[in-house]
Amino acid sequence: MAVEKLTLGKALNAGLRRAMEADPKVVLAGEDIGALGGVFRITEGLQKDFGESRVIDSPLAESGILGTAVGMAMRGYRPVCEVQFDGFVFPAFDQIVTQWAKMHNRTLGAVKMPIVLRLPFGGGIGAVEHHSESPEAYFAHTPGLKVVSPSNPVDAYWMIQQAIASEDPVVFLEPKRRYHEKAEVDVEASPRPLHEAVVARPGKDLTLLAYGPMMKTCLQAADAAAEEGVDIEVVDLRTLAPLDMPTIIESVRRTTRAVVVHEAPLSGGLGGEIAARLHETLFYDMEAPVLRVGGYDLPYPPSRAEDEYLPDLDRVLDAVDRSLAH
Amino acid sequence: MADPAHEMVQLLTPEGERVEHPDFTFDGSDEDVAGYLRDMVMTRRLDNEATALQRQGELGLWAPCLGQEAAQVGSGRATRAQDVVFPSYREHGVAWTRGVKPVTLLGLFRGVSLGGWDPHANYFAPYAIVIGTQALHGTGYAMGVLNDGAVGTGDPDRDTAVVTYFGDGATSQGDVNEAFVFANSYTAPVVFFCQNNQWAISEPITRQSKIPLYRRADGFGFPGIQVDGNDVLAVHAVTTWALNRARNGEGPALIEAFTYRMGAHTTSDDPTKYRLAEELETWKLKDPIERVKAYLARRGVIDQAWLDDLQAEADDMAAEMRAGCLALPDPDMGDLFDLVYAEQTEHLREQQAEYRAYAASFEEEN
Repeated sequence: MAVEKLTLGKALNAGLRRAMEADPKVVLAGEDIGALGGVFRITEGLQKDFGESRVIDSPLAESGILGTAVGMAMRGYRPVCEVQFDGFVFPAFDQIVTQWAKMHNRTLGAVKMPIVLRLPFGGGIGAVEHHSESPEAYFAHTPGLKVVSPSNPVDAYWMIQQAIASEDPVVFLEPKRRYHEKAEVDVEASPRPLHEAVVARPGKDLTLLAYGPMMKTCLQAADAAAEEGVDIEVVDLRTLAPLDMPTIIESVRRTTRAVVVHEAPLSGGLGGEIAARLHETLFYDMEAPVLRVGGYDLPYPPSRAEDEYLPDLDRVLDAVDRSLAH
Repeated sequence: MADPAHEMVQLLTPEGERVEHPDFTFDGSDEDVAGYLRDMVMTRRLDNEATALQRQGELGLWAPCLGQEAAQVGSGRATRAQDVVFPSYREHGVAWTRGVKPVTLLGLFRGVSLGGWDPHANYFAPYAIVIGTQALHGTGYAMGVLNDGAVGTGDPDRDTAVVTYFGDGATSQGDVNEAFVFANSYTAPVVFFCQNNQWAISEPITRQSKIPLYRRADGFGFPGIQVDGNDVLAVHAVTTWALNRARNGEGPALIEAFTYRMGAHTTSDDPTKYRLAEELETWKLKDPIERVKAYLARRGVIDQAWLDDLQAEADDMAAEMRAGCLALPDPDMGDLFDLVYAEQTEHLREQQAEYRAYAASFEEEN
């Protein structure tokens, strides 16, 4: 067993390296990803080893990055695009939703779009405006896109490789405030399929459903609840489009209570979609309505207010209490 | 090419007189020119037929290319088999030169598909409706060509160029300007072919630019050239030059084909609301087809019998296209679920099954 202790960021780097070694058609593109290794150093050292034609420093234009990736994919390449921050993705929004997401459909399947958009997302790092957002619902709402988010180094290592191997567009949301979390990664293990959720912590009283940066928060909440004698199950969604409903439903059928947690604003968010599907499926099995904990319906706040804005252990446990009170 | 043309390149006047240009020559034979005339007549015929189909309710929309035949045929005929075209939604004449069957273009406008052709079949990408998006796709494709080492080898069957088409309105789009930046940054083998047809729906070119569009290239650091877009010989010569540069690894060029949209923007448009009839009359005197007819007739290459035969051939093509249009099958809603992803999702399979069951419930009632 080849086990390495890696941060989430280093695990992504190692996964990218392995994907590039496995397939010469894999190219990386983005701003500052070459000599600098990206603003978060996720691509550190890759240009040195794979050259400038495979690790492409892009001009400073996000629509250009995604739009040229669409063209490269039509030529047979598998581009992995980095957009530096969540709030900088919108100049590329048109290319993402009208072109990248639809080209396979438009050409009746003659053209595939095996592009990955790597997007550091979420708050909690004390950043200035546009550096802390959670735009996943826009992408999960768009037919043609697939959306995933790893929450830990092991998943980061495997999921980036699986996303690159996917024949479909994948928006790959990286929990930037967890880049430095460490774990042992077995690089010879067999990974679970990309579009599967996983029970990260088993429990019997209530299911917490989360992904990306909120997984750590939810696992901590489960630990705290255990001290009070409440046995919480935590499901790491991992895939937001498509959602792995069988795993979600199996868990909530057992626990009969569910709370969905995400940083993104509540209205129109993934939590609402999950709640709706659970109610459609498990209406008579649940002891309480599905509750949601998320960002308030505000523009992401100034960083000195973000601790109050972001779901934390207390807000998660408050929702747990409200669910159990039903 | 020390100094890119500072004035519009023209090799054939509106009266059909051959003129010389210091930098550009047309090397083709009379047979080649007669071939372009045939292409232009066929293009106009299919365009007219499609407009008629829309008027008769068989197409939801059509975007006529009337008046732009020389710009499209001259440039399309300058491409080689391995070159790749990224069109907007009006490049019916280019499609013709690439061997795309006319009826293929109609699926999108009839509403039976969202494009529906394989871009690799004729190296002709899907029509792009969101303005200017295809400029980036063409540039990215050209970056891939570059990575493949398919430029500058000297092998005429391997060296590959991309040509991306857009209109005067598109030059205001960010995507087109970003494409210019990317293409020049990487020396990508892409030719930007702008058909300046003077009107972006109702907005005149002066709303988009205070300088001739070809001069925009200066600011991006590659050659820009303006050509009489109604002169098929000049368009062919200029495009051949730009494609050769690209294939040789010398990077992008911008061609501004100065032409005129003689028809409406689309069949939903009403040009009488925003432009004067006199303008159209002026441009009719510069018709791209008439000047070639005059030129070839004067040289004794074609006569009335030749033109009559061509018209008959065009009518046959139009009749076949019409029949093909009427025979296009409507899409099956249930099948559409299969096209969203290369790797189908369980969720969509379930939704597909729900739809099919719902649809079937009506059939049972009937």
